[in-house]
Amino acid sequence: MKDFIIPWDDTDKGTPAKTGAPVTLTIDGFEVTVPEGTSVMRAASEAGIQVPKLCATDSVEAFGSCRLCVVEIEGRRGTPSSCTTPVAAGMVVRTQSKKVQKIRRGVMELYISDHPLDCLTCAANGDCELQDMAGAVGLRDVRYAAGENHFEVRQNGEANPRYIEKDNSNPYFAYDPSKCIVCSRCVRACEEVQGTFALTIEGRGFDSRVSPGAANDDFLTSDCVSCGACVQACPTGTLQEKSVIELGTPSRSVVTTCAYCGVGCSFKAELNGDELVRMVPWKHGKANRGHSCVKGRFAWGYAHHQDRILNPMIRDSIDEPWREVSWDEALGFAAARLKGIQQKHGRRSLGVITSSRCTNEETYLVQKLARAVFMNNNTDTCARVCHSPTGYGLGQTFGTSAGTQDFDSVEHTDVAIVMGANPTDAHPVFGSRLKKRLRQGAKLIVIDPRRIDLVRSAHVGAAHHLALKPGTNVAVVTAMAHVIVTEELFDEAFIKARCDWEEFAEYAEFVSDPRHSPETTEALTGVPAEELRAAARTFAQGGNGAIYYGLGVTEHSQGSTTVMGIANLAMLTGNIGRPGVGVNPLRGQNNVQGSCDMGSFPHELPGYRHVKNADVRAIFEQQWGVEIDPEPGLRIPNMLDAAVDGTFKGLYVQGEDILQSDPDTRHVAAGLAAMDCVIVHDLFLNETANYAHVFLPGSTFLEKDGTFTNAERRINMVREVMKPLNGYADWEVTQALANAMGANWTYTHPSEIMAEIAATTPSFAGVTYDLITEKGSVQWPCNEAHPEGTPLMHVDGFMRGKGRFIVTEYVATDEKTGPRFPLLLTTGRILSQYNVGAQTRRTDNNIWHEEDVLEIHPHDAEQRGVKEGDWVKLASRSGETTLRAKITERVSPGVVYTTFHHPDTQANVVTTDFSDWATNCPEYKVTAVQVMPSNGPSDWQEHYTALATRSRRIEAAE
Amino acid sequence: MSPDKMIHMANQIATFFKSQPGDEAAARIAAHLGDFWEPRMRRQLLDHVATGGEGLDPLVIEATKQLSAPAD
Ligand code: SF4
Ligand code: SF4
Ligand code: SF4
Ligand code: FES
Repeated sequence: MKDFIIPWDDTDKGTPAKTGAPVTLTIDGFEVTVPEGTSVMRAASEAGIQVPKLCATDSVEAFGSCRLCVVEIEGRRGTPSSCTTPVAAGMVVRTQSKKVQKIRRGVMELYISDHPLDCLTCAANGDCELQDMAGAVGLRDVRYAAGENHFEVRQNGEANPRYIEKDNSNPYFAYDPSKCIVCSRCVRACEEVQGTFALTIEGRGFDSRVSPGAANDDFLTSDCVSCGACVQACPTGTLQEKSVIELGTPSRSVVTTCAYCGVGCSFKAELNGDELVRMVPWKHGKANRGHSCVKGRFAWGYAHHQDRILNPMIRDSIDEPWREVSWDEALGFAAARLKGIQQKHGRRSLGVITSSRCTNEETYLVQKLARAVFMNNNTDTCARVCHSPTGYGLGQTFGTSAGTQDFDSVEHTDVAIVMGANPTDAHPVFGSRLKKRLRQGAKLIVIDPRRIDLVRSAHVGAAHHLALKPGTNVAVVTAMAHVIVTEELFDEAFIKARCDWEEFAEYAEFVSDPRHSPETTEALTGVPAEELRAAARTFAQGGNGAIYYGLGVTEHSQGSTTVMGIANLAMLTGNIGRPGVGVNPLRGQNNVQGSCDMGSFPHELPGYRHVKNADVRAIFEQQWGVEIDPEPGLRIPNMLDAAVDGTFKGLYVQGEDILQSDPDTRHVAAGLAAMDCVIVHDLFLNETANYAHVFLPGSTFLEKDGTFTNAERRINMVREVMKPLNGYADWEVTQALANAMGANWTYTHPSEIMAEIAATTPSFAGVTYDLITEKGSVQWPCNEAHPEGTPLMHVDGFMRGKGRFIVTEYVATDEKTGPRFPLLLTTGRILSQYNVGAQTRRTDNNIWHEEDVLEIHPHDAEQRGVKEGDWVKLASRSGETTLRAKITERVSPGVVYTTFHHPDTQANVVTTDFSDWATNCPEYKVTAVQVMPSNGPSDWQEHYTALATRSRRIEAAE
Repeated sequence: MSPDKMIHMANQIATFFKSQPGDEAAARIAAHLGDFWEPRMRRQLLDHVATGGEGLDPLVIEATKQLSAPAD
């Protein structure tokens, strides 16, 4: 096996890279050419010369406070700091001389005189820049006697007033002020990289100290979102991961990809032996550029959580306790049951659900299991419940469901629309990159019923917030188009060149109708007409316009129509095909994009090709040696319906928890309960497993090789960091199940699966592990026409030829409020938890989110006599649940909001079975509800808790 | 699937294609159903139409005339 530890150059070059015209200068006699605007320090580093430094690091702009990096420049007086001095043509720099050496030693001496000398027992020992610099400048003695300082607990028998105790409030990192050299790298990282502004330098001169939040705050109570950027930036052991304090400095590292959200951040997994010590965002990761969020950076402890199930288990019926058995017995049991079902109920009585958390290779095998072993197309994925409308909507308008840009594109955006998405919580690293651009002056339009953080937060704000009523997306988007068309703000040249003009004319006529004007639609959308007009003008006239959207767009009965409306807006304004623009779906889970690409949907084979096409089937028929069913298969909701009807009897679910994540829990439970063989393949006994007959233990992303594809279509490597605790990677388990049914698959490594994908799927034709490893990542399409992948789509023309304008008539959802259910519930997610929370709930992230709460406007709360923190009952026509109330003006009157991270809440008991007209994507974002005070769990919650406890029993092994 | 749910879903599809310019709505509804509805669902719809098609948008009924009967 190949060694996947790649010798990338991770040197800290001191200041960020620049992109100006080339400038040539001489450093210590060596000629070096760098872009204009580069610092002398970085130029030296490019030439292989590291100038000593403390307060500079290449993730943040230079500040020039330590004076350790001084150099001499011919023709300039004094000794300028190299980190703040930009290069100039012909400059002659000397980085080493008696004079600068003396200055540097003096600087170090001062720092060391106020620093504890307990290096040998310090957690940063061997990983401390202060140590390194003391060595580099040749510090040999410290002449100052320890006088006033910050590190002695007691001085002269009395408490040292300058000593501040260690702050251990954050579960993942510690802040030890006694080791702080006040270089402000942490403060700048929090501002520039993360954009949270949680840290400040309090006091002046010798008294200055780093401080989180306001006077009485610690890290936990401050605005800190625990992204870890400050910890990375800290040159000393002041800000330090607790895992390093506990386990020691890591000795090897493997580059891999975060398994939480669709941003797809690259990380270095740092280990000792096979013990993971920390995850550090990798600065060459093209999605994250060295940044991360709390989930990927810190919330990986679930991999070793005691709840993790490591042995296969079976049971005859779901009332029985689980029985631990060997892999052979479990697979034999499962295969026999599945075959029995098919004999009795026919070929189409079985199905699979692929996972957006597993790798592309694993997903590919699961859909292959359905198509080549079960011999039907009953395969679906949880993308059904999030982004299926994106597939349909963008497919119809542009010709491919793919997001059009890479994340770097946001650096060129002038106006961003964020619609039905909450990037600072759900896609935090993208959120930070967007905020950075906003601080540089780009404008923001938020279209969301809720006042998300971006609308108003430190140093950024939205120019317009269109707080629409849930369910009126199409009306708002169409009204924006109305303004753009009737005020003639559209990009005629672009439309003429790139779109079907006749279709545009029809569309223009449609949107121009006064019934689509903001003045008319105001009554139903609740968005003031003037505000909407202003937003439309800003978007059409403000330069590069980019649209980012999330599940608040797709999870509606008109989800697909809204996606088309968004595509229309982009085409109208000519915002397609170059950096800074585009239509960008923000995908939920890490591999939603990949699971869709890999043919998880029941109507299409890998690469989005419909199963009805005989030529496409022929490719796979030849590869697999089977005949492929030409009929589309069942989608998840259809599977459950068919199960209740008695025609669908067996399901293999890999890495998803449909009972918790899918709408109308009671219907899901009824469907699962009606099946004869439910196989759950997961890390934990999730909620779906309560209805399962076979449990196959899964492996984490740390335990396997493979690839994930993020929201930018970027294929990133996932690498085996440690051996699977359960014995097998997930792809091996699927293969074993297929073989138990007689399939005879013989993959020995995921790279062979990727080779099969490349051989059968044109947009992946050029993808190999070698290429991804060499380039770091590759964005599909990657084939003969684009051998290194495709960062931007539709540059010279749309995938489908001409872009297609589609008429988007607003249709009110049938989910309407009335006297019984007068409020509208909408749902979302928060930063620290992930989806159904199966992983994050098993980490210290719970400290930020122990339970789901119901956000309700003060007006609605008062009417119902609900106070902050009260238990309330949330009821809809589907069911009811209870949770605590949080009173806030983030939601408008008439709207309530909750998350769905915790199984006890079961928010989906309340959501209904209405869905998107085109794709059956459930309408999570609109449910008519009533809220009333309550004193405890609902009947369903109690009933369910009892069932779950009973169902999770495991028989003691004999 | 419950008849109500099926009728609701079919009518939603009709509502979209009805709003589109041109006179191909029925054909496009039929194509959509053929592309995305599994044979069991199409069969249920066709059976419902055969018994009068109560609750269905007339365009859906029109469309089912062009809907291929599920293979098998
Ligand atoms: S962890 Fe992130 S948010 Fe918190 S203080 Fe550090 S940089 Fe700021
Ligand atoms: S905590 Fe670390 S990064 Fe921040 S000022 Fe102190 S030494 Fe510098
Ligand atoms: S959860 Fe998303 S943003 Fe956070 S580290 Fe992982 S991929 Fe990056
Ligand atoms: S590194 Fe340049 S002044 Fe600190």
